[in-house]
Amino acid sequence: MELLQNLLGTEAGLAVWTLLKILAIVAPLMIGVAYLTLAERKVIGYMQIRIGPNRVGPKGLLQPLADGVKLLMKEIILPTKSSKGLFLVAPVLSIMPALAAWAVIPFTDTMVLANIDASLLFIMAITSMGVYGVIVAGWAGNSKYSFLGALRSSAQIVSYEISMGFALVGVLMVSGSLNLVEIVNQQGHGIGGGSVLSWNWLPLFPLFLVYLISGVAETNRAPFDVAEGESEIVAGFHVEYSGMAFAVFFLAEYANMILVSALTAIMFMGGWLSPFPASWGALGASGVIWLLAKISLVLFLFLWFRATFPRYRYDQIMRLGWKIFIPVSLVWVLVVGAWMMSPLSLWN
Amino acid sequence: MSFQAVVFYVLSLILIVAAFRVVTAKNPVHAALYLVLAFFTASGHWLLLQAEFLAIALVLVYVGAVMVLFLFVVMMLDINIEKLREGFWQNFPLAGTVALVMVAEMLLILSSPEANLAGFQAGPAVAADASNVRELGRQLYTVYLLPFEAAAVVLLVAMVAAIGITMRKRADSKYINPAEQVRVRRNDRVRVVQVQAVKPEVDTASDTNEQQA
Repeated sequence: MELLQNLLGTEAGLAVWTLLKILAIVAPLMIGVAYLTLAERKVIGYMQIRIGPNRVGPKGLLQPLADGVKLLMKEIILPTKSSKGLFLVAPVLSIMPALAAWAVIPFTDTMVLANIDASLLFIMAITSMGVYGVIVAGWAGNSKYSFLGALRSSAQIVSYEISMGFALVGVLMVSGSLNLVEIVNQQGHGIGGGSVLSWNWLPLFPLFLVYLISGVAETNRAPFDVAEGESEIVAGFHVEYSGMAFAVFFLAEYANMILVSALTAIMFMGGWLSPFPASWGALGASGVIWLLAKISLVLFLFLWFRATFPRYRYDQIMRLGWKIFIPVSLVWVLVVGAWMMSPLSLWN
Repeated sequence: MSFQAVVFYVLSLILIVAAFRVVTAKNPVHAALYLVLAFFTASGHWLLLQAEFLAIALVLVYVGAVMVLFLFVVMMLDINIEKLREGFWQNFPLAGTVALVMVAEMLLILSSPEANLAGFQAGPAVAADASNVRELGRQLYTVYLLPFEAAAVVLLVAMVAAIGITMRKRADSKYINPAEQVRVRRNDRVRVVQVQAVKPEVDTASDTNEQQA
């Protein structure tokens, strides 16, 4: 960084340095997204006793590249009487929040692009904009199927955002902070002087479950994937998209999955803290490797859900969100409040 | 010009264009989306004023929730724009007068010496590590507790009223009570009947059938 500042002057050097940091986050993220699609096909393949893609490259490892090239070569079709500008802006609107939210995600207590004070609020605000990509895509295509898909999916996203928000209220109550770094550091002390038991998932277990399931619903993944219930409304809000425009929606969905997994790992599973006691040497040391391991674990759950559960009926989805998750999280927020004020509090 | 000033003017330009397009856009959906852009840019202005909580809350509440529902409604309405435009010039004199009066009022207020715009100071500089959110929470729950609670009650009443007005039971609703659905056992739905095999009466015409059976 000092080298850059000497070369380009203070301000320009800082800008270039920040751009390099952004690149260092986005490039691995996009590679992660590409290989998550392969992992999904492989994991579900083995769960269904087949091999999954194994033709392109060794063990099928180049399959995501082949898919990418295929989608790049395809023509992007603009439907007649569509709102052309909005039609092309919609994929951008849907991937932008999934990437912008990474600006405040901490990888360790010092490795974070922007360690802002209200990072939790920032993430909630940015991710709440993801729904515009869905609505605009469904409307701009001038197609009834995509419009129905967009209505379904955005109603679902808006409903589950509420229970997700309340689950996070519990987290910020026990942390006493909206800063993600402090939220993780707070999980490092408590029962057993900072072990697996002191992480938020245990004392906030109902909120953890609500957050995890709402996360699956937010990303429109199975069993909450009514937006693309193939048997009812073809492919949901992006039915009119082809080629790279479709690929961007696809990337956004998987980037959102990784984002929700990262947030679950940070809020409830101790982030970069090690699950082992500090006396175990290298195993007990905290580090970015633990965060990645936890993200992978949650991502595996996402794939496992998809291979296991049948799709929810739409009225059941709405009932689960409004009538079960919101009351459960509200009650647990009250319980946590009383718990914190009682002498039994774990968070002093 | 400092970096802040550049950001301010860029944001202001976007804000003004977006606000203008909200009024002039032909398609109501485009107008609503321009309004979203206007909100988003306004939150940028608040960030420049170091009011990060308000800025983020504006995006979270207005952009993330209110405008989404607004768009829902606007998209599903069947609005004939030509018909709406017919009366435009007819109503223009009245609308123009109202607009002129408003501009004159703003000018009078802002240019009067009483307003003392030139002497308006920027807020006291905030320490770099001061938490905006914490301070806001402290003020709301100590100094302004009563007004805050009153506002909450007003909102609650409004919510109850809105639900009360819009909720009616539809006669043709096919709602299924999930509790009942879960409680159903096999015997509620299926009845297994033991049917005794019966020999048909001997009949001259069905002789061959009987032999096959």
